[in-house]
Amino acid sequence: MALTHEDIRRIQHLARLELQPQESERMLTQINGFFSIVEAMRAVDTSGIEPLAHPVAAFEDVQLRLRDDVASEPNAREANQRSAPAVERGLFLVPKVIE
Amino acid sequence: MSKLVQGWEVVIGFETHAQLSTHSKIFSRSPTDFGAEPNTQASPVDLALPGTLPVMNKGAVERAIAFGLAVGSKIAPRSIFARKNYFYPDLPKGYQISQYEIPVVQGGSVEFYVGDDKKSVRLVRAHLEEDAGKSLHEDFVGQSGIDLNRAGTPLLEIVTEPDMRSTEEAVAYAKELHKIVTWIGICDGNMQEGSFRCDANVSVRRPGGPLGTRREIKNLNSFRFMQQAIDYEIRWQIGELEDGRAIEQATVLFDPDTGETRAMRTKEDAADYRYFPDPDLPPLVVAQDWVEQVRAGMPELPRAMAARFVQQYGLPEYDATTLTQSPAMAAYFESAAKACGQPKLASNWVMGEVSRRLNAQEIAIEQAPVAAATLGALIGRIADGTISNNAGRQVFEALWSGEGGDVDAVIEAKGLKQMSDTGELEKILDDILAANADNVAQFKAGKDKAFNALVGQAMKATKGKANPQQVNDLLRKKLAG
Amino acid sequence: MSLHDLSVAELARRLKTRDVSAVEAAQHFLARAKLHDDLGAYLARDEEVTLAQARNADERIAKGDTGPLLGVPIAHKDIFVTRDFPSTAGSKMLEGYRSPFDATVVRKLAEAGMVSLGKLNCDEFAMGSSNENSAFHPVKNPWDATRIPGGSSGGSAVAVAARLAPATTGTDTGGSIRQPASFCGITGIKPTYGRASRYGMIAYASSLDQAGPFARSAEDCALLLSAMCGPDPDRDSTSLDVPAEDFGRQLGASLEGLRIGVPKEFLAEGVAPDVRAAIDAALQQLEKLGARRVEISLPRTELSIPVYYIIAPAEASSNLSRFDGVKFGHRAKQYGDLLDMYKKSRAEGFGDEVKRRIMTGTYVLSHGYYDAYYLQAQKIRRMIADDFQRAFKECDVIAGPAAPTVAWKLGGHGGDPLADYLADIFTLPGSLAGLPGMSLPAGFGEGGMPVGLQLLGNYFQESRLLNVAHRFQQATDFHAKKPEGLQ
Repeated sequence: MALTHEDIRRIQHLARLELQPQESERMLTQINGFFSIVEAMRAVDTSGIEPLAHPVAAFEDVQLRLRDDVASEPNAREANQRSAPAVERGLFLVPKVIE
Repeated sequence: MSKLVQGWEVVIGFETHAQLSTHSKIFSRSPTDFGAEPNTQASPVDLALPGTLPVMNKGAVERAIAFGLAVGSKIAPRSIFARKNYFYPDLPKGYQISQYEIPVVQGGSVEFYVGDDKKSVRLVRAHLEEDAGKSLHEDFVGQSGIDLNRAGTPLLEIVTEPDMRSTEEAVAYAKELHKIVTWIGICDGNMQEGSFRCDANVSVRRPGGPLGTRREIKNLNSFRFMQQAIDYEIRWQIGELEDGRAIEQATVLFDPDTGETRAMRTKEDAADYRYFPDPDLPPLVVAQDWVEQVRAGMPELPRAMAARFVQQYGLPEYDATTLTQSPAMAAYFESAAKACGQPKLASNWVMGEVSRRLNAQEIAIEQAPVAAATLGALIGRIADGTISNNAGRQVFEALWSGEGGDVDAVIEAKGLKQMSDTGELEKILDDILAANADNVAQFKAGKDKAFNALVGQAMKATKGKANPQQVNDLLRKKLAG
Repeated sequence: MSLHDLSVAELARRLKTRDVSAVEAAQHFLARAKLHDDLGAYLARDEEVTLAQARNADERIAKGDTGPLLGVPIAHKDIFVTRDFPSTAGSKMLEGYRSPFDATVVRKLAEAGMVSLGKLNCDEFAMGSSNENSAFHPVKNPWDATRIPGGSSGGSAVAVAARLAPATTGTDTGGSIRQPASFCGITGIKPTYGRASRYGMIAYASSLDQAGPFARSAEDCALLLSAMCGPDPDRDSTSLDVPAEDFGRQLGASLEGLRIGVPKEFLAEGVAPDVRAAIDAALQQLEKLGARRVEISLPRTELSIPVYYIIAPAEASSNLSRFDGVKFGHRAKQYGDLLDMYKKSRAEGFGDEVKRRIMTGTYVLSHGYYDAYYLQAQKIRRMIADDFQRAFKECDVIAGPAAPTVAWKLGGHGGDPLADYLADIFTLPGSLAGLPGMSLPAGFGEGGMPVGLQLLGNYFQESRLLNVAHRFQQATDFHAKKPEGLQ
């Protein structure tokens, strides 16, 4: 199933990526190239098969590990914000969020 | 049966986000305290720094189980965490870890009263997820400041079926839900701090017609705002429909200053969250014996306790419901009732004198300066005739203000003992009757008011120390004879 | 013999006997790294940091501290975050980024006394099979500088092949350790999924990413792998609760009776004749050592390509959403509102392949497509895992090429991503199933380029794989060969 320009436009927005027109064009062609081999995958009969979200589940009954409710993380704001593009008074600055 | 508004039936469903009262966040070990300096409680995991991964907090799961048990729902033996993908500055990973297809709590219901009508709202589900951070706008021109302290706080999202049919019912549901989560101790219920936030899905339809398009009022964090917002929204929707306009699905915010709801500027174009199971988190397994363990540790729930108060103590429903507003209040009442053996009197005192002072001083019953046992002792002295009701109030005031700690000592110190010697009393009454021949005559002529005047005189003569009931009885006897 | 020709094991011995100091060893490799910067393997070095670590190691040795890796230099793929060096994941998005914490794997190796030489180049966010997707510069194969080294751990493989480090760390999501090991004539191993902690590994595809070592021998890889693996329950929920192991414990075991399963799909027409010849010869060598060749079938081998390239981009599209210019990473200099800031920052920060995979991933997760693509792929993934279990009933290890050809020329795929994807055909199935896998030098092919033999084992069978590789390396000397004229 081939993607359309509309698909590219929609996905671009969902993924918050700004693509130039030639980029979009190229991307459309390349992704469709890939999807041509995906058709074989879609044709496989997978009825009754459970998806394998965690590879470990293929060989053991993997369960979520739970940790004790202890607050042991110290305040390391300075270190954690070292690579922040814009910080003021400890807050990350962004263009105004309008609701 | 629905209460129609201008001929329209109102349909309301709620999604409530209750912050769970854990010490640490749901996926990181950061503290969850409210009000800390910005980003001082935001660890690398909370900030979504490259290479960080989530690790699940047992306390959050335990609280979800407790909630499920409290509302009679099914605890899923296996539930899945999923990523809800969207971009927002207060969402550090660009996705929220939540639960989608298989939540930890399924079904259940919440019962409550609206006036005399018993209502039951069905729950669809309750699931665990993480809270987002906060955006601050005030101090920055053209910019917002992002504080991620709140990001990662555990939330339980509680979703109802659209079972509610009026604003009243909706607010009553919210209050009952609030009571449940605070009662079982999973949430501190502090609405100003954002611990309990409701989203109301509101639509209207012609009775018997199909469901109307709903609009979602987000982040209602006070019962008063809830009521105002829903009322406004209902009127607005009806207004639109009656003017021939269709309702467009939207997310709306309530503005407390204007009392209106308005659609949010960010249209998410029917947001595509691209949910998929989070590969960083294997399935959550809750074994039956863990559920039983949690069940064993749970307190008696408010509805059950209220029913028991009615049955065990013969209290009216109203009293039972009022006394079970918090575990501490209910415990206080029961202690006092057991101490004096007078449950109705204990109820009156707790709902009356005690509650009045708590409200005036804005303190909780846990901080009451008079212990339940002491109140019980006081009530005992009233019941056994040692002091009058009035005197009792004086004693209570003294106890509350710290003048004294022992009931009998205060009674003694203030000389409040009622007159118990009937001989002395009879003599005083004889004197009064003798001195008030007119009143006596008027009473005998059928004027009841004259009797009260005589009682009043007797109380004055005894400096309030006579037992009013005794005075009453003796006077009547004398007047009859 | 030069310091850089010593194995990790031998170097560790000389450090212990104080024949050579950690500082000397570090300086030696730093100099070599500088000498061969034209290969493009390193992205970051810091002499002061390295020497400080080396001095530390020397102090430990002086105090009598022992350990098989104490004082041995190492370099880390730039997918692992480090406090002491910038971490870029090969991307402009993270240029100059300093992590406040170390990846668990980095920490474990540091605790074992290894000395960090710096960070190694890779395909951007580990997405690629040639290291041509690095945002900074490509990496050149030391056997032929006009050719690619493989990817995404190209820098890690080249550093070992050109003797710029005795061992390096890499990551393998769809073959990114096995394939560059094969192309560069060195040994590399990826453990069972969950054996090595992913904490501190900049995430590409969460259910596939695994850390592993490169070195010039199976023996050296065993030393590294043992130190890298182990449960990390407090930081990584997918980390397996299996105790750390000595993966070298059965290196010398006999191969007598070992059943080597060769999937017929792995030696079909798509395989270049030179590769097929080298692999056949290698298999014969294993038979000489007592093993028995068994033909098996992995019928969904070709399907693994679309399955992988649906699942990995899907997970990546979500994992990379955190790069939004808000808390860290690149933010555009010019933008209007918030939406504009996101779009420009991400467009500027990410390269083409990353954007392609984000787009593909977003598409297959989006409303209306999830069932047909993502869910379908995860179901076939289970079938592929089941296929392996069936195969392992008939054999003990699976063997075949790591790639259909030797390393191709830089630019040789003409910028066609699909060509890259198709070349991953032999490594993808093992990744999808989460199985341990390795590649070891098995011969040479066209242009004198190395050919690697890939071995796949059942879950937790790393020591068996290393055993087979070790016995092979005792009987052959492909792994000891050096690129001709390498300074």
